[in-house]
Amino acid sequence: MPVLEKEGTQVWRRRTASETLIRWFGWLIGVAVFMLCWQRISEATTWFFVWDAPRIASDIWNRATPPRWEYITQLGRPIWDTLNIATLGTLIALCLAVPVAFLAARNTTPSALFVRPFALLIIVATRSINSLIWALLLIAIIGPGVFAGVIAIAIRSIGFCAKLLYEAIEEIDHGQVEAITATGASRWQVMAYGIVPQILPAFAGIAVFRWDINIRESTVLGLVGAGGVGLQLSASLNVLAWPQVSLILIVILVAVVISEWVSAKVRGAII
Amino acid sequence: MLQLEKLTKTYKTGDKALQGIDLEVPSGQVLALIGPSGAGKSTMIRCINRLVEPTGGAAILDGVNLTRLGSGALRRARREMGMIFQEYALVERLTVMENVLSGRLGYVGFWRSFLRRYPQSDVDEAFRLLDRVGLLHMADKRADELSGGQRQRVGICRALIQQPKLLLVDEPTASLDPKTSRQIMRLITELCRERGLAAIINIHDVALAQMFVPRIVGLRFGEIVFDGPPDALTSEKLTEIYGEEDWEATIEKVEGEDTDIEAAE
Repeated sequence: MPVLEKEGTQVWRRRTASETLIRWFGWLIGVAVFMLCWQRISEATTWFFVWDAPRIASDIWNRATPPRWEYITQLGRPIWDTLNIATLGTLIALCLAVPVAFLAARNTTPSALFVRPFALLIIVATRSINSLIWALLLIAIIGPGVFAGVIAIAIRSIGFCAKLLYEAIEEIDHGQVEAITATGASRWQVMAYGIVPQILPAFAGIAVFRWDINIRESTVLGLVGAGGVGLQLSASLNVLAWPQVSLILIVILVAVVISEWVSAKVRGAII
Repeated sequence: MLQLEKLTKTYKTGDKALQGIDLEVPSGQVLALIGPSGAGKSTMIRCINRLVEPTGGAAILDGVNLTRLGSGALRRARREMGMIFQEYALVERLTVMENVLSGRLGYVGFWRSFLRRYPQSDVDEAFRLLDRVGLLHMADKRADELSGGQRQRVGICRALIQQPKLLLVDEPTASLDPKTSRQIMRLITELCRERGLAAIINIHDVALAQMFVPRIVGLRFGEIVFDGPPDALTSEKLTEIYGEEDWEATIEKVEGEDTDIEAAE
C-alpha cells in the first residue's frame, strides 16, 4: 500500500517498500552485467592499436589537409548522379508504397486475413535489408551503374514509406469517413474524400523525410559500384589519395546540409 | 414513410444495443430521440442507413427494405438519407464548398468528383444553401478555420444538398454552447418544415427537444419506453427513461424558456 498512516496523517509514497527494494536490486544487476561486459571487451581488445589511434588519426589528418580543391571539377557529374539516384528512387518507392500502405492499413485493407499479411511481408522484407546489400544484389542482376542504385534505393524505401503511411491511415478520424459514406459515395469516392485529405500532410512529410535519408544513403552506393559520388570515394581511397577523400567528404556534407534545409522548408510549408 | 420493424442490433461483445424497435415516422415529421448514454440512440440511426449493420428486423423507407439491399442499391438508398453528426464530421482539410458538394457524391461519378467538376446545378444549389444558413462569405474557407456552430451549419448544408427524404441527426448540439445549440436546432427544424423533410434527431438535452420538436421518443436499454408529445413528458416518464432524479427543474425551465422566447419575439 503506497498510503501509510503516520502520526495520524496519511502519507503517500509512489512505491511500497518491497517495490523499492526490487527496483534497487534490478539496478544492481544491471550495473553488474555492464561491468562484466566491459571486462570481456577489454580482454578481447588489442590495446596497442587503441593507444596508437591518436597518432594514426593525426597522420591521416595531415595527409588529408588541405583538400585538393581542383579535384572538384571531376565531382560535379557524380554528385548530380547521386542526387538523381536519391530523387528517382524516392519517387518510385512512393508510387509503390501508396498501394501497399492501403492494403496494409487495418481500416482500408480489402482482407485482413489474406491481403494484409502479404502487404506487411512486403514492408518487412524491403525494410530489413540495407540498400547497400540491395545494390550488391542488383549489380549482379542488372549490372553496375546508376540504374542499379536507383532500384536499390527504391526497394529499400518502399517498406519505410509504406509503414509510416499505413500508420497514418490507421490514425485517421473515422467520423469523416462515416460522413462521406453516409452520402452514398462509392468506395473510391470515400477514399478520395474521406481518407486522402486526412493523410496528405503525413504523406508529404514522409516523402521529404525519405528523400533526405536517401541522399545520404546514395552517397555510399558507389562504394559497391552503383554509381554516384561513392564511386569516386572508393577510387580515391584505393589509391590513398587522402586530399581527394577529404574534398569528397566536404562535398557530401554540403549536399546533405542542403537537402536537410530543403526538406525542413517543405515540411514547414505543408504543416 | 419510415417504418422500423423489430429492428435489432446485438454487438459482437454480446451487448444488446437495440432490442426489437418498432417505430413509424410519417412523411415530414420531426422526431426527437432521447435517452441516457448507451441507450442505443446512435446505434438506431446508424442502423437505418447501415453505417452499423443491424442483426435483425427491418427498416423500410418508402416501401424499400433497407436491411436487405446490396451495396449498389444501398448507396442509392443512402442518397435519400442525409446525416448530421455530433462532431460535425466535416473533411477538415477541404474547403466549405467542397464539403457541401461532397453531399452530391452519390450522384456524380468518381472522376467528376475527383476533379471537382460538379454539375452547375449542384454548385448553384450549394450557394443557395450556404446563403440560407448565412455562410455564403465562408464558401472558400477551409473547414478547420470555422467555429463549431459554423461547422454544424456546413454539415447541415451537406446533408440537405443530397435532396433527402429523411434526415438522421446524431447529437447535433452536444459540442455547442447553449445559444448556438438553440440556433442550430431552430435551423434544422425550420429547414425540415420548409422542405417537408422527416427527421430523427438524437438529443441529450431534454429541454431543447421539448422546445423544438413535436414528437419525442424515449429509449432505454435499446427499447422504446416513451412515445408522445413533449408535454406528456412528465417527471415520472423522465424517471422511467433516465432513472431516479429530480426532474421538476428541467420541466419548469422549459416552460419558463418558452415564454421568454415568445416575449422576445
